[in-house]
This record gives sequence, C-alpha cells and structure tokens, in this order.
Amino acid sequence: MSLLLDSLFLRAALAGLGVALAAGPLGSFVVWRRMAYFGDATAHAAILGVAIAIALEVSVFAGALVAATAMALGVSTLTARGRSTDTVLGVLSHSALALGMVVISLMTGVRVDVQALLFGEILIVQAPDLALIWGGALAVLALLWSRWTRLLTATLSPELAQASGITPRVEQLFLTLALAVTVAVAIKVVGVLLIGALLVIPAASARPFAATPEQMALGATLGAVGAVLIGLAASFQFDILAGPAVVCAAAAMFVLSALVQAVRAA
Amino acid sequence: MTDLITATGLAIRHGRSEVLHGVNFRISRGEIVTIVGPNGSGKSSLLKALIGVLQPSSGTLKRAPGLRIGYVPQQLALDPTLPMTVRRFLDLPYPTPAAAAEAALEQAGCAGLGKRQLSDLSGGQLQRVMLARALLASPDLLILDEATQGLDQRGASDFYRRIEEARRDRGCAVLMVSHDLHVVMAASDRVICLNGHICCEGHPEQVASAPEYRALFGTGTQGALALYRHAHDHDHDHDHDDHDHSHEAAE
Repeated sequence: MSLLLDSLFLRAALAGLGVALAAGPLGSFVVWRRMAYFGDATAHAAILGVAIAIALEVSVFAGALVAATAMALGVSTLTARGRSTDTVLGVLSHSALALGMVVISLMTGVRVDVQALLFGEILIVQAPDLALIWGGALAVLALLWSRWTRLLTATLSPELAQASGITPRVEQLFLTLALAVTVAVAIKVVGVLLIGALLVIPAASARPFAATPEQMALGATLGAVGAVLIGLAASFQFDILAGPAVVCAAAAMFVLSALVQAVRAA
Repeated sequence: MTDLITATGLAIRHGRSEVLHGVNFRISRGEIVTIVGPNGSGKSSLLKALIGVLQPSSGTLKRAPGLRIGYVPQQLALDPTLPMTVRRFLDLPYPTPAAAAEAALEQAGCAGLGKRQLSDLSGGQLQRVMLARALLASPDLLILDEATQGLDQRGASDFYRRIEEARRDRGCAVLMVSHDLHVVMAASDRVICLNGHICCEGHPEQVASAPEYRALFGTGTQGALALYRHAHDHDHDHDHDDHDHSHEAAE
C-alpha cells in the first residue's frame, strides 16, 4: 500500500515538476507582456480541442494542442490589427469554454470527467503522460533558452528590437506556440481553468525579489516547483483536489511575497 | 558617399489617414541630418518606417546591407513587472564585455549607474542610458527621436556633445528629430523640414530662409537663427561659456 502510494505520489510529482519547469520562465513572459488573459483564452480553447478529440477518438493531447494553437494564433492576428485586446480575449475565451462544454454534453456514449478536465487529474497520470509532459516542457524550455535575448528585447520594447534587426512579430509567434504547448501538457496537472494561475502567480510572486529578468524567471520556476510539491503533499494528506491545492499553495506564496515587499517598503 | 538608407516616394498611413506622402530621403555615412516639423507632421512615423517598425503603404525603402542602427526612442514604456538593471539592459541584444559597458556609460555621461533599475532612473538618466546602449551596437547610423525631451538646457547641450563625439570617434551618421531649433541649426549638416511631406531641405541656413520653413516656425526661429549666426560668426572670439549663454538667451 505504501509502495503504491509512493509511486502514485512520485508520478504526480514528476508530472507537476515538468509543468513547473516550463511554467516558471514562460509565466514570466506572460506577466511581462501582460498576456494573462491571453493564456486563459488559450487554455479555455483547449477544452474544445479535447472534446473534439474524444469525439473523433484521436489523441486528447493532440486535440488540446491544435485548439490551443489555433486560439493563440487567432488572438495574435486579431489583436495585431488593432482591436481592443481585452474585449477580443473576453469574447473568445468564454465562447471557447462554453462551446467546449456544450460539445462535451452533446456527446452520447462517452462519459467525460468534466471535473478532471477543468481542475486536473494529476493523481492518475501514467508513464506515457509523463513522457508527453516532460517532452513538451523540455521543448518549451529549449525554445525559450535559445531565443532568450531576442524574446527579452522584443518584450522590453518592440521598437528597440526592430532597430536591432529582431522582428517582434516572430518572437510573439514563438511565445504563442510555447504557450499552446504548455497548455496542452498542463491540462492533466492543473486543468484548463487553473493553467493561467500556474503561469502568472509564481512569476508575480518572484517579482519583488528579482533585479534582472533571469532572476525573476528562476524565482518563478522555484516557486512553481514549490507550489507543486506543497500542493500535492496537501492533496495526499487532506484528500483534496490536487490542481486547486497546487494553485492555493502558489497563492499563499504570493501573499507571503506581497507581505515581505510591504515590510521592506515600510 | 555611400547611402545608408534610401527612401523613394515613401507614404505611410495610420488607418485611413495618410501621415506622410511622397517622401524622398537618403542619409550618407557620417552625416548629421535633423528632421524638424510641427506636432503630427509625421517625424516619428518617418523614423519608425526607416527602422522597420512601420510598414510604408507605398514607395521603396533600401537599407545598406548589414546596416547597424542604434535607436534612441522618444521614451521607453517600461513595464513595472519587468526587472531590469542598467547593466543587463546594455546586453540587449548584443552581450557586452564589462569594460565596454563601463566605457559606453562613461561616454554617454552616466557612469556608475550599472546596478540601478531602469525604472528608478530619471528621464534624463534613462535617455543617456539608452544612448549608451545605442552606441554599444557600434552603429553605422544613430537615430534619435526627440532624445533630449526630458533634459534641461545644460543636459541637452551635453547630450548633443556626446552625439558629436560619437560621430567623431566612430564615424556614424546621425538622424534626429528635434525641437531644439537653435541646437539643430548649429549641429546639423542638413535639415529636413517635414509637414506630411518634405516642405524643404538643405543646409541649415538655406532651410531657415525658405518661405515654407518660416511659414511653419515663424519669427521665434528667426531669432534663434540670428543667434546661431552670431555665435557661429564669432566663434573664435568667444569662450565656451559665452557660447552657452547666447543659446540660453534664445529661449
């Protein structure tokens, strides 16, 4: 029994750590570029992808990835034409969520665990899921690592980037793809509703302690890892939902960080 | 002379309105060119088109192959969520050795600011740091968009001196938008007067006497130009302080 529990915890922890590694640095970009709602819209679109994938009996991961990418590219294109981002995101994000739920409720003969989809099912990840999660997370990390300076310059100022021969649109595209991959691999861990939280909260918590972008990305990664471990432990201990427990742990860190900042400022 | 950028028949639209049309422009190695013009005349738009931030709606734009541009924007919209030290900023996008970074800060008149956060700098300090970063790219062309906006009189003339030094030491061309008309007149090889199109251009004195220019800038500028002529004609008779003083009197 103890061995079973251990391997269960181990698999869940490995899955959570994989997502945390990608969520730290990517989440920092999400914060710097004010893409929090963008991340939510992308995640909500994934639910529609999952629904269609189940209906077509294809890979759920592939369905989520395709839908998330389509949404991310769609939003990028619409907002680049000068529409109000806030409104576009609000319309697309909630429409995708509602449409996804409608499609799922229409499906007969298949029982979909809606709660797992919305809030994660990290405790039942299997070895193939782990491979997918780590593969996706490492791909995102490699992408961010190899383009770090370009992404950072384009984030700081699109004009300065352009003057240095960097095309901000291209960098935005890479971030968009990284976000879609992260969403697709994170569904199992925290569910579509809480992916945005795992991206934004650790990065926001790291901000007061960072003097450079790299320190903030590292701090966000450590924070995300800590939140995953604490959340999972709490989930095992108190028999609570793992995904929300992880996000609550992250939120507690944010409160702590804000308190430290307030004390420092005083 | 080699042209760094050549634009022919350039037009730029913002949505439905055309901000610039029929602009023919070129800048050569080592040249200092200043763009003057009233608000909304398309000065910044022209700079952004030359850099590649704005796509021209018609016309052709040719940049010399491998052209390196150092750009100092009108202002930098810093997001408070992005931590950034001055030193780290100088590394974007080209990693810079510590000694070179120190030298660039020194040259731009902001030595010792390396550890400070960009968001903690005053407007003038930030402008200087951006100049330092632009110089570190070893640019063929330095583009400055009202770069002295946040600076007082002394700071501005100091800033222009740094730019002159950069041209002297590195041979880079300088293209700037400026409202400091008397400084413009003194420092530029060529002035372009812009108001939706190029009204007139040429040597500073030539432009200042053009009717199109007078129509836009009126008599205030004439006064500045008279002072410029005065200072210029008698340069060898005056020491540096007198020169400064006459500029201040033009305000």
